[in-house]
Parts: sequence; structure tokens; C-alpha cells
Amino acid sequence: MSSALIIEQVLNGIQLGVTLFLMAAGLTLIFGVMGLINLAHGSLYMVGAFACAVVAAATGSFWLGLAASLAAAAAAGAVMEILVIRRLYARDHLDQVLATFALILIFSEATRWLFGSFPLYLNIPSALSGAVHLPGGAQYSLYRLAIIGVGIVVAAGLYLLISHTRLGMRIRAGESDREMIGALGVDIRTLYTIVFALGAALAGLAGALVGAQQSVQVGMGEPVLILAFVVIVIGGIGSIKGALIGAVLVGVVDTLGRFLLPVLLEVFLPPSQAASIGAAVASMLIYIVMALILAVRPQGLFAANA
Amino acid sequence: MSLLEVSGLQTFYGASQALFGVDLSVGEGEVVALMGRNGMGKTTTIRSICNLTPPRTGAIRFAGSDITRRSPHRIARLGIGLVPEGRRCFPNLTVEENLVAAARGGKWSLTSVNRLFPRLAERRRQYANTLSGGEQQMLAIGRALMTNPKLLILDEATEGLAPVIRQDIWASIRALKQDGQSILIVDKALAELLPVADRCVILEKGRTVWTGVAGSLTPALQDRYLGV
Repeated sequence: MSSALIIEQVLNGIQLGVTLFLMAAGLTLIFGVMGLINLAHGSLYMVGAFACAVVAAATGSFWLGLAASLAAAAAAGAVMEILVIRRLYARDHLDQVLATFALILIFSEATRWLFGSFPLYLNIPSALSGAVHLPGGAQYSLYRLAIIGVGIVVAAGLYLLISHTRLGMRIRAGESDREMIGALGVDIRTLYTIVFALGAALAGLAGALVGAQQSVQVGMGEPVLILAFVVIVIGGIGSIKGALIGAVLVGVVDTLGRFLLPVLLEVFLPPSQAASIGAAVASMLIYIVMALILAVRPQGLFAANA
Repeated sequence: MSLLEVSGLQTFYGASQALFGVDLSVGEGEVVALMGRNGMGKTTTIRSICNLTPPRTGAIRFAGSDITRRSPHRIARLGIGLVPEGRRCFPNLTVEENLVAAARGGKWSLTSVNRLFPRLAERRRQYANTLSGGEQQMLAIGRALMTNPKLLILDEATEGLAPVIRQDIWASIRALKQDGQSILIVDKALAELLPVADRCVILEKGRTVWTGVAGSLTPALQDRYLGV
């Protein structure tokens, strides 16, 4: 096993982690600030991917598509918040789960109705389509590196927004005492719509970035949603820093687990068994990690209100 | 004309009624003490004025407009600055962030709040949950002043604070009064409260039972309505 292969797998893990972070950042803000479980966050991811694919196909520009994914997902998020989500803040989590599950079905059927059941294809922009040489002699996809770069930029931007702007102060204040921030004259409804649209835009961006690697199809958001929930539980609900570290942890553990476990098990087991057991354990690995972390820190790694 | 005019306020928590008819008014530049034993409805009255617990009947007029059951942020923007019971500083924000987060322009700014409470300037980068109770009370007052309110509402201004800190808080309240700030204040320390108050409103079992200038609140009346 060469070091170049390991570096490549680690980078793949980080890249998966970064896309999970884009999903988890919005999810953790919405859960942390508004106390809302939004299962339809994966639908916003899908909206972003479809918007990017459609606009990129119509204009020939991936970059316009990317801008469209942000705009469409933010707009869909704002409309969703104003029409439906706003009525759910005071309800219990079961009502929220039911209503946002209904939103998943509505978004999926509407998308199927508009675009049909066949996947749309979105190509990686030509400027990012090559490969770069890594130290150690391996080659690595430039596009994947660019995704990692986008994740770092978004993480830094969110950090600045949350910790250094008045909007960020209000978001954090709303997280600890929403009645009080309202009694001081801050319009919580508008604040919540902004936070929701921001989270939606990031989910849409993730959908567009991943859509270019894989395919753009109905139902693409839900598998990512489940991983994103694992991420925010590990990271601590409401914490952007927790979402970043949790996302990279989940991405790297999942990727390296699938790569290394079968190899490690070959030391004790015949190769055929090692491969099947390794794959089975690898697919459980992030949940095992989550259980271990919660056993030690039930609030997650960086609980916002701890 | 009064700045705040409350009449016939009745408020319920679910099925149980907490206020049975509260009337009070605060004039421009006036300091009004809202008094009564524990559980008589002082905090509920304040929560009803700010619409944090919406009243069922009654009318609240503030600065010329009807604010009954308007949303809390609109009431705050019309010029009511709340210092709530238990202070409720945002623990995950620094002192300066607590002051700035909801600030609205006017004569109160970071500079003038820091002049009123120099301790807050010393602790500006600390998180609010690392402050002592007295410092948190200063922060809660400063935070309300930063919204440049026409009326400052102080619920339990000095409850549970060390004696030295209480004197600091009272000194700042006297300074605010000197400055012409209208204040509605709840506190149990009559010795400090009565000299600073222009008028008193006493609640008993959710009703206004006595209103008058602070000087006419005789020991007999104090014993009748406030004694334990």
C-alpha cells in the first residue's frame, strides 16, 4: 500500500466531509437557533443540484449554474419557512418531523413532475476538470480539491458572520434566549427566515457541487441528510465549529474505513471473508463513532449551549 | 399626557387568572415604583405590557399609540427597554456583544454606557456567563439603555445582589432619573426605592389597590400592603 494511495483516500474523506459540512452547517443552525428538525433539508440540496444542472445546460456555464443553485435553494428555503416552517416552531418535534417529511414528498414529486425520473447530467467545469500532482507522485482530481477549497472558504465566512457581525450576535442571542432578543426589539421572524434561507443556500451549493460529480436525480438528498444529522449530533447541536469538525471526522472515518478495514482484517481472516466483513463493519463505522462520542460527551463535541 | 397608560389589565396563564384589573401610568420623566408582595402580579404586569404574556383584556397605550398585544419587538422599538427579572444576559455573547446586538441609535452608545458602568468596559471581552450577579445586572441595564428607550422597565433591580453592588445600581438609577429617564421599577428594598420613586402603584392579588406619591406611603400602608 503506497503512501500516495493513503493521501488520496484521506483527501477523498476530507472532500466528503466538506460537502457534509455544507449540509450540516444549515441544519445545525436551524436546529440550534429555532429548535426545528428539518427533514426537508435534503430537498433543498436537490433543488440546488437541479437548478445548477438546468441553468448550466441552458447557458453552457457551470458558474452561472452555481449562482442559480444558491439563489434557487435560498428562495425555496425562504418560501418554505414563511409558508410552512414558521407554523412549526412552537410545535413538538414529532409534528415537525411529520410536516417536513411531507415537504420531502412534495418536493420530490414536484421535481419528478417537472424534470421526469431520469437523472440530469451536470459536467465538471472545464477549468477544474484536470488532475494535479500530489507529493508522492499520485494524481488527484482538481475538482475535488476545489470542493475542499470551497468548504474552507464557506467555513471561514460562516465563522466571521457568526462571531463578528450583528446578525451573528443576534443569531447566537436567539439561540440562548429567543424571548429576550425579541423583547429588545429584534424581529425574530425575519431573523429566522434569514437563517433558514442561508442554511438552504449552503445545502443547495452542496447539491450543485456533488451533482457535478455524481448525477442529479430525485431523492439524491436523503442519504446525505442522514449523514448530516450524524454530523451535527457528533459536533454538538447549534455549533458551526462542531459541524465542521464532525463533518470532516465522519467523511474521513467513512472513507478510510471502507478502504482500510478489509485490508486490516486480511491479517486475521481469509481474503473473501475479510472483504465482506470489512465492508459490513465499514458501513457501520460512523454510527459506532457517533455512539462512542455520545457515550463520552452526550452533548456532542462542541455543544453551543454547554 | 402620560407616556405609559395601562388600564383594566387582565392576564391569564392558561386557565388560571393572574391579573384581575391592573391600572397604572408613568409620565414623561417620572419614576414609578410597582410594588406588592410576592406573587401579587408585578412581573406578570410587566410581561403583559411587553406582550411577552399577552393580556386577555385591558388596554395599554404607550407614547400615543395603542400597543395592546402588539408583537414584543414592535413594542420594544416604540421605546420600551426591558431589564427582566433574573437579568437574562445572553451567556454565549461577550459583554460588548450583549450591548451591541440589539442596539438602536440615540444618545446611549457604548461610550456612554461604559461611563455609567465602568466595570462593563473592563470586562468587555468576557462572556456574560463569567460575570458576577451585580455585573450581569449592570449589563442588563446597559443592554436595555443601548436600545435608547423612552421608558426603562426594571424588574427586581437589585434582588440577590451584594450590598456594595446594590448601592452602585441604585446610584446609577438615581443618575438615570436625574437625566430625565422615565422608569418603571420593581424592587423590595423600600429604603432605596422610595427616595428615588415619584409615585408608587401597589398590587394585591392581581389588582391595583393603591396609587399615590411616594411620600404618602405611610408605615401603616407599607405594613398593610407590603409587610410580611
